[in-house]
Amino acid sequence: MSSSNLLLVLLMLTVSGYFLGRRRAVAVAVAGGRNQQILHSRPTYYGALAALWCAFPALVIFSFWHLFESSVITQLVIAGLPPDMQAMPADRLGLVINDIKNLVGANIVPQKIHPAIQSAADHYTQLTAISHATLAVIATAIAIAGILWVQKIISPELRARNHVETMIKYMLVACSTIAIFTTIGIVLSVLYEAIRFFKIVPLHEFVFGLKWSPQMAIRADQVGSSGAFGAVPVFMGTMLISAIAMCVAVPIGLMSAIYLSEYADKRFRAVAKPLLEILAGIPTVVYGFFAALVVAPMIRNAGVSIGLDVSSESALAAGLVMGIMIIPFVSSLSDDVINAVPQSLRDGALGLGSTHSETIRLVVLPAALPGIVGGVLLAVSRAIGETMIVVMAAGLAANLTVNPLNTVTTVTVQIVTLLVGDQEFDSPKTLAAFALGLMLFVITLILNVIALVVVRKYREQYE
Amino acid sequence: MNNHSRDNHAGRNNDAGKSHISTSTKAAAASTMDIVNQGLSRRYNAEKRFRLYGICAIILSMAFLAMLFISIIGNGYTAFQQTFVKLDIFLDPETIDAQSLQDVNYQAMVKQSLGAMFPEVKTRAQKRELYGMVSTGAAFQLQDFVRKNQQMIGSVIQLWVPADDDVDMLIKGHISRDVPETERRIKDVHLSWIDRLQEQERIQKRFNTTFFTAGDSREPELAGILGAVSGSFYTLIITLVLSFPIGVATAVYLEEFAPKNRWTDIIEVNINNLAAVPSIVYGLLGLAVFLNFFGLPRSVPLVGGFVLTLMTLPTIIIAGRAALKSVPPSIREAALGVGASKTQMVVHHVLPLALPGMLTGTIIGMAQALGETAPLLMIGMVAFIVDIPGGFTDPSTVLPVQIFLWADSPERAFLERTSAAIMVLLAFLVTMNAVAVFLRKKFERRW
Repeated sequence: MSSSNLLLVLLMLTVSGYFLGRRRAVAVAVAGGRNQQILHSRPTYYGALAALWCAFPALVIFSFWHLFESSVITQLVIAGLPPDMQAMPADRLGLVINDIKNLVGANIVPQKIHPAIQSAADHYTQLTAISHATLAVIATAIAIAGILWVQKIISPELRARNHVETMIKYMLVACSTIAIFTTIGIVLSVLYEAIRFFKIVPLHEFVFGLKWSPQMAIRADQVGSSGAFGAVPVFMGTMLISAIAMCVAVPIGLMSAIYLSEYADKRFRAVAKPLLEILAGIPTVVYGFFAALVVAPMIRNAGVSIGLDVSSESALAAGLVMGIMIIPFVSSLSDDVINAVPQSLRDGALGLGSTHSETIRLVVLPAALPGIVGGVLLAVSRAIGETMIVVMAAGLAANLTVNPLNTVTTVTVQIVTLLVGDQEFDSPKTLAAFALGLMLFVITLILNVIALVVVRKYREQYE
Repeated sequence: MNNHSRDNHAGRNNDAGKSHISTSTKAAAASTMDIVNQGLSRRYNAEKRFRLYGICAIILSMAFLAMLFISIIGNGYTAFQQTFVKLDIFLDPETIDAQSLQDVNYQAMVKQSLGAMFPEVKTRAQKRELYGMVSTGAAFQLQDFVRKNQQMIGSVIQLWVPADDDVDMLIKGHISRDVPETERRIKDVHLSWIDRLQEQERIQKRFNTTFFTAGDSREPELAGILGAVSGSFYTLIITLVLSFPIGVATAVYLEEFAPKNRWTDIIEVNINNLAAVPSIVYGLLGLAVFLNFFGLPRSVPLVGGFVLTLMTLPTIIIAGRAALKSVPPSIREAALGVGASKTQMVVHHVLPLALPGMLTGTIIGMAQALGETAPLLMIGMVAFIVDIPGGFTDPSTVLPVQIFLWADSPERAFLERTSAAIMVLLAFLVTMNAVAVFLRKKFERRW
């Protein structure tokens, strides 16, 4: 039975469990002689209890089965391979398994099929069929057992509503822990591979090294690609592009927020604010396309016309477009904090005879400064983690430079280039991406925590 | 600063007791007024400048927005049309065997028809140039036509087939005829052929249905976005089915049930941090956990949906909590007061009132997920896939990734298709956001 059919069967069982439970409760009550009043809960709760006990355990088994099915079957198939194949190094074995899976999926069948692989593929198909059948039987049996059990225990004294509510509450708790598991998952997955990387490349070499060229030699006797993993140029490039972006975004974003919240009338604000927010809603891949095909050639032509040598993948183009992307981010955060400054401060300053702009510069902005700083920090972390714009518009060469007309590379570009395409999980080249990812996660986390603390402190000050 | 306060102080004294102050203080006050008046024009100018900066900032952002849209629409609108060439093809009953239609050499028939139109082309090299004028897809189109119209075998048919992308670009004016031949992708001999075809009215621009009905292709004139759109569709379905219930449940728990203790504090801080984690880190998580640990297949919408679910959950949870917060406590107290249990209070009264706000947040989260590219690159949804995916476990790509892939292609024709795909993506996003705004306007309640 395929997974979707099984799910359909479970759904039908759940629905019928609900009706059976409800009918049973009514029947019990009628048998008790005094209609439904003797029931502890409304009949629907008895139905809901039956449905929950039918669906919940079966679904848990279903999802766990599917999560582990393919790895378990692969292990079993490997165990069934001839010993000489099992003794192969991990990467060759991976190829063999890939062949087997292709054969099973009838995707690309190689011309000459090794008999051992053919038999392994048959074994694989057989195991998958067995696994699916077992799952179908077990899940359906558990679902039916759940219904029957609830049917049996239904009585006027059964506190069905309380049972159902407790179960709902546990489900809510389980859902809310997913956020925790996501964080743990991120930390563990990145940390595990990063530690493997730091076993090969020492930490101090990664953090302080000045040369980044992750191309590794495939054979030992190859020349020219020894692999150097000094992350300084990569981080310098990230900071250069982020700095350019902030130079664009902070003044424009802040000034538009000030204008919109202090000067603009309602009508203008109602038009301009959504238009600004459109900038935030445009996907980053669109910005990347815009940077690579419009802005970069424009900057290059402008540079050439005044006699400057501009790289076609200059940091300036990527940074400029990234700045445009971040404008609404800065402006909406600053807008919030500027609006949160109490009107009494403005009235006081205006009453003392200062002009509107003096009030803003000398009273409102200093009062809003912590919040604005928090917003800018969030924007910086956004800029550091931004991927598509730099992948499309910035280069791959890791130059250690602060010249915005040169090509630089960033952390996210390197992660994408190292991980897109073929990967082998024991070469430092692939693992380096996880080390970079770890640094990225840690840096953005620190920035976010500082920003959140600053913003929260500030809010409490005026509330 | 010090100066200012003294001036103001003197000014206030002056205003307060105008009638009975001595002439000496009056003179002093007049001099401070002079000082104030002297600075006034400078200060008013500063005021005007400051205002101007604000207006400039807004105009500049609007200009960026306009430039973005103009460049994309300007590059992309031509992609909705495609140049077609009319061929006269004799369906020779001797070569077409009605029993085995797929074995017929349709390519040769297309070439023969082109050769008949330009009988002066003799050399092998020139013939190859000539045959390159129409797309390689012409043969498949012919095959389709013959299969559907078997009664036509034996007669001469007229068939409009897509032109090659270079011809298409020339007709649309993206390749200039004035450029020297060596720098042009279209040679002079091609130009003469195209001119002759145009004279015979055998070249026409038509609406490009291929763009909406085909999967990816290496040939620009055969490439379409349907594969990517359906990949996006399946990915978003998974994302929606998982993230909406989980997000709502988490929001309800944190807002209505959770006790205020360290554990819920940790969850809250966690969610706020996850909202700001770079999306590519979610890609690393997906790669390490879903692909390597659980061994799920690469490039499938299922895994893409999982990753995007984790990514959009914080957005949905935060929006959901805001919606629950806006429901006034009186509703809760009234429900509890007539004897509802806490769960009944939430499910029957609070949740229905908060649902429009939650839906709005979910739609915005979905719009984010639809535009997301980086994490999907990590889990292999970046492969070149021609087939249109038909399910959650078929290898596929999504619309933003398709844009990324096409943007890398050197052909001029892919540039306009990339822009057109961006227009389609933006159209989807605008629709989703419009629905969200509509929902908010329609169900917004002031308590």
